[in-house]
Amino acid sequence: MNRAITYVKTFALWELLRGLSVTLRNFFRPSVTLEYPEEKTPQSPRFRGLHALRRYPNGEERCIACKLCEAVCPALAITIESDVSDDGTRRTTRYDIDLFKCIYCGFCEEACPVDAIVETRLHEYHMELPGENIMTKDKLLAIGDKYDAMISADKAADAKYR
Amino acid sequence: MADFFAGLVPGFVWDIWNSLPPLVQYLTVTVWKILFLTIGVILIVAFSTYFERKVIGSMQARVGPNRVGPLGLLQPFADVIKLLIKEVIVPSQSSKFLFVVAPLLSLTPALATWAVIPLNNWYVIADINAGLLYVLALTSVGVYGVILAGWATNSKYALLGAMRSAAQIVAYEIAMGFALVGVLMASGSLNLGAIVEAQSGGFSQWFLLPLLPLFVVYWISGVAETNRAPFDVAEGESEIVAGFHVEYSGVAFAVFFLAEYANMVLISTLTAIFFLGGWASPFEGWTFLNDISWLAWLTVGGLPWLFAKMCLFMYTFFWLRATFPRYRYDQIMRLGWKVFIPVTIVWIAVEGAMAWFHIGPWSGLSA
Repeated sequence: MNRAITYVKTFALWELLRGLSVTLRNFFRPSVTLEYPEEKTPQSPRFRGLHALRRYPNGEERCIACKLCEAVCPALAITIESDVSDDGTRRTTRYDIDLFKCIYCGFCEEACPVDAIVETRLHEYHMELPGENIMTKDKLLAIGDKYDAMISADKAADAKYR
Repeated sequence: MADFFAGLVPGFVWDIWNSLPPLVQYLTVTVWKILFLTIGVILIVAFSTYFERKVIGSMQARVGPNRVGPLGLLQPFADVIKLLIKEVIVPSQSSKFLFVVAPLLSLTPALATWAVIPLNNWYVIADINAGLLYVLALTSVGVYGVILAGWATNSKYALLGAMRSAAQIVAYEIAMGFALVGVLMASGSLNLGAIVEAQSGGFSQWFLLPLLPLFVVYWISGVAETNRAPFDVAEGESEIVAGFHVEYSGVAFAVFFLAEYANMVLISTLTAIFFLGGWASPFEGWTFLNDISWLAWLTVGGLPWLFAKMCLFMYTFFWLRATFPRYRYDQIMRLGWKVFIPVTIVWIAVEGAMAWFHIGPWSGLSA
């Protein structure tokens, strides 16, 4: 009897029609595509994108060249050299992040005692020439200055969980 | 057809036309018919690539092409221009003449078959009485393009693809032929126009229901004939890269592509003609529709009905492709030889018996 049912089902293309019904049902469902440049997914304030170095509101650099980020960096992407600055404080003379080495783990941000190095929500950036992958101190500070409001807002939003 | 144009052109044009010798008249009309049909088929092919991507996209919860032009409607033209400006690379070890000729050999039959296909009651380029034989012959010739392409390329993958395609088409051609035997038994004619006429009288007179098994066999064999999913082992990209057209690029590839889609449109149209009454309206004979003025057009047969039926089958092509994984090669052979051919033979016998005892809608076969 089972054999007969199988035969009938085979010749009625039963399994094939079941498969077709699945695709037909999905044909009438709306697509889930997000048309990227025009539409974007929501981002968390913790998003780990391009790095930035921050300043205090009075314009002073936050970074005190403690090199904790350099030490914690699992990809060895950070290179720091420091010296005594004109006002007698310890400052970095070189703060390079190699974006090709960086794995965007956010450990540098967590290690930083003064919240100087942060990862921003910027992720739409590119490099055109060899060497542009090295984010120098000037570039990092410039990003920090430019997006200060955004970075501060993100840090404030996340502050109660830290 | 003459009365169709009589109202459109002023009288003196009509006089000049009538003064021409009949041969010139015939040639002019035929050339224009060929021109319109070819352009129509190529446009349908172009947009069926677009709709294929849209339909499969929808089935996979994507949107498909939507960047080139409004709704992505210019995508086919962008694709064609891209293929035209690409370089045609001829492999150094290939047989150069055959390599170039093969794509043409696969496209020509796909377009030439349209000569006998009636688009409505007067638009048919060559109204020959052995139309069905002509169709069978030319669809079989199409495989030579594939075989020659695989052979001329001189590559293992291409040759494997060509051999698969050849064996597959031989297997399914027979089932297809037998399915058509059922159609011509029911209609009593080899002329495609007469086959459509035999199905006039609305949905119930179509061969779809009385010949349902043959319809299914014909349609599935048609999918196999065109080397489309799930029967696309000839170009199975997971095992033999792209099969017979591995080494083709640019225009030569575009011609293969065109041939494949032209064949799909052809098989869709043929299925509509053989089983769904061609250009006949499904509501023919529903007299109450004539009383309702805005529905009266439904009962009139014509090209729009054929086009709609063709679109239905084209959609099914895409639907099948979105649904089924590729058949294993031995399963394809098993299905062709050990399932389809027996099924068609059995149903031809059943049909013969039904016609003998005057059961069923067909009148063509008078015992």
